[in-house]
Amino acid sequence: MSWVSTLFTSSLGRKLVMALTGLFLILFLLVHLTANLQLLRSDGGETFNLVSEFMGHNPVVQTVAWGLYLFIVIHTLLGIRLWLANRHAKGQKYLVQTKANASFASKNMAILGILIFAFLMIHMGDFWWKLQFTDEPYALLQYAGMSHPIEDVYTGVVASFKNPVVMICYLIGYLALGIHLWHGFQSAFQTLGLNHMKYNGLIKFLGTAYAVLVPLGFALISIYIFLMQ
Amino acid sequence: MKLTLKIWRQKSAQTKGAFESYQVDANEHMSFLEMLDVLNEGLVEKRQEPVAFEHDCREGICGTCNLVINGRPHGPLPGTTTCQLHMRHFKEGETIVIEPYRAQAFPVIKDLVVDRSPLDRIIQSGGFISVNTGQAPDGNAIPIEKDVASRAFDAAACIGCGACVAACPNGSAMLFTSAKVSHLALLPQGEVEHNRRVVSMVHQMDKEGFGMCSNIKACEVECPKEISVTNIARMNRQYFSAMIGSDEK
Ligand code: HEM
Ligand code: SF4
Ligand code: FES
Repeated sequence: MSWVSTLFTSSLGRKLVMALTGLFLILFLLVHLTANLQLLRSDGGETFNLVSEFMGHNPVVQTVAWGLYLFIVIHTLLGIRLWLANRHAKGQKYLVQTKANASFASKNMAILGILIFAFLMIHMGDFWWKLQFTDEPYALLQYAGMSHPIEDVYTGVVASFKNPVVMICYLIGYLALGIHLWHGFQSAFQTLGLNHMKYNGLIKFLGTAYAVLVPLGFALISIYIFLMQ
Repeated sequence: MKLTLKIWRQKSAQTKGAFESYQVDANEHMSFLEMLDVLNEGLVEKRQEPVAFEHDCREGICGTCNLVINGRPHGPLPGTTTCQLHMRHFKEGETIVIEPYRAQAFPVIKDLVVDRSPLDRIIQSGGFISVNTGQAPDGNAIPIEKDVASRAFDAAACIGCGACVAACPNGSAMLFTSAKVSHLALLPQGEVEHNRRVVSMVHQMDKEGFGMCSNIKACEVECPKEISVTNIARMNRQYFSAMIGSDEK
C-alpha cells in the first residue's frame, strides 16, 4: 500500500479527515452567519438579495461551494462509519453506566451529527434545491446599479420562517449544532495534535464562544423573522 | 460491613456469562482485593467455584488488578488501582457491581479476567530502543534536563493496565499507546527511532481491533497513573509528521 492509502485508512488518518473537514465547516458557518445577518437590515431584503446573487453566481464561491458539499458528505459518511466501528470495538456495554467520566456531547457526536444532517437536508431542500433545480422559484427584482433583475430570495426565506414547523426543525438543528461543536471545536485541535499549555486556553475560549454564539446567532435571526410583522 | 456484590461470572471465553449476587462480610480496612479474597474463601468452604480475578503486586505497580467497579475501571477513586482501593470508600449495606473490562480487543477469559495481550503486542511492535545489550550504561552519561525527564517519566508511569481501554466508550487504546510512544520519544535514547516507532505502534494498535479516539477523555479520568491526553496529541503529531515527512518511504 502506498503511504497515502496507509495514512487515510489508519485510525489517526481517518480522524485527521474528520477534524479537517469539521474545521472547514466551522469556517463556512461564519461566512453563512455573516450573510444571514443581512436579513436584519430594514431595507426590504436588498442587501441580502445582493449577497445571495453574488454567492450564487461568483465562480470562485461556486467552486468552493462544491468543495463544501463534498466535505459535508465526507464528514457525515466517515463520522457514521467511525461511530459504527467504535461501537463494534466496544462490544458489550457495562451494566452500570456512569456519567462521572465523560461529557454528554463527546459521547453523542454521531447522534448529534445525524440530527444536523437531517436539518441540513430540510434546509437545502427548502432553498438550495429550489434555486438550483427549479425555474424561477422566486420573483425577480430590479435594483438600482444592477445590470439585470435578480431573484428575491429574501421573500422566500421570510415565507419559510413564518411556518412554525420549519421554525422548530431549525431550532432543533441549531441546538444539535451547538452541542456538536461544544465538543467538536476543541476536539479537532486535539486530533490534529495541537494541544499545548500556551494556547489551550485560547482554543477552549474560542470553541466555547463559537459553539454558543454562532448557533445562537442563527437562532435569533430565525426567531426575529418568525416574529417580524 | 455487610455488602452485596453483583459479579459477572463466565466459565470461559466460549461460554455465555451472567451476573450473580453474593453477600460478603468485610471490614473497612480491607483493600478491595482482600474483600474479594474473603468472598472466595467463603465460596471455597461451600465447595463453590471461587471468582476468578487477576492480581499480582497488590501495590499499584503491575497493572493486573483490573475490575470495573460500579461502572468505573479501578473504582471511584482517582489515581488509584483496584488493589489500592479500600473498603472505607464504600457504604455499609451497599450493592457493588463488579464487571470485567469491556472491549472487543479484550475477550473475557474467565469471570473478571480478560486477555490484555493486545497491549503487549503494541509494545513489541515498537516500544523499545535498539541498542546492543551488554553492561548497563551509566545512568548519567547523557545529561537530560529535569523537566524533560519529568515529562518522560509522567508518561512512563503507565502500568499497562488497560483501564483507559475499559473506560473508553469506543474501546480505544490511544492513551496507553501514546504513553508508550511519548515516554521513549521524549528522551534522547528513544528520539532516534521515533518515526518508525510511532508508525508501527499505531498500526499495530489498529490491527488489534481497538476503537478510534473521539477525545471523550474518560481514559484520562480513570487512568490510575493519571496519564494525560496531551500524550495522545503528541502521538498524533508525531504520526502525521512521520507519515507525511519522514525520510523513509
Ligand atoms: C452533517 C452531519 C454531521 C455528522 C453526521 C457529523 C458527525 C461527526 C462525528 C461522528 C464526529 C466525531 C468523530 C470522532 O471523533 O470519532 C464529528 C466530529 C466533528 N464534527 Fe461533525 N458531523 C456533522 C456535521 C458537522 C458540522 C456541520 C460541523 C461544523 C460546523 C462539524 C464539525 C465537527 C468537528 C469540528 C468535529 C471534531 C473532529 C475531531 O474530533 O477531530 N460537524 N462529527
Ligand atoms: S494509560 Fe493509564 S489506564 Fe491506560 S494502560 Fe497506562 S496506566 Fe493503565
Ligand atoms: S495488583 Fe498490581 S497494580 Fe494492583
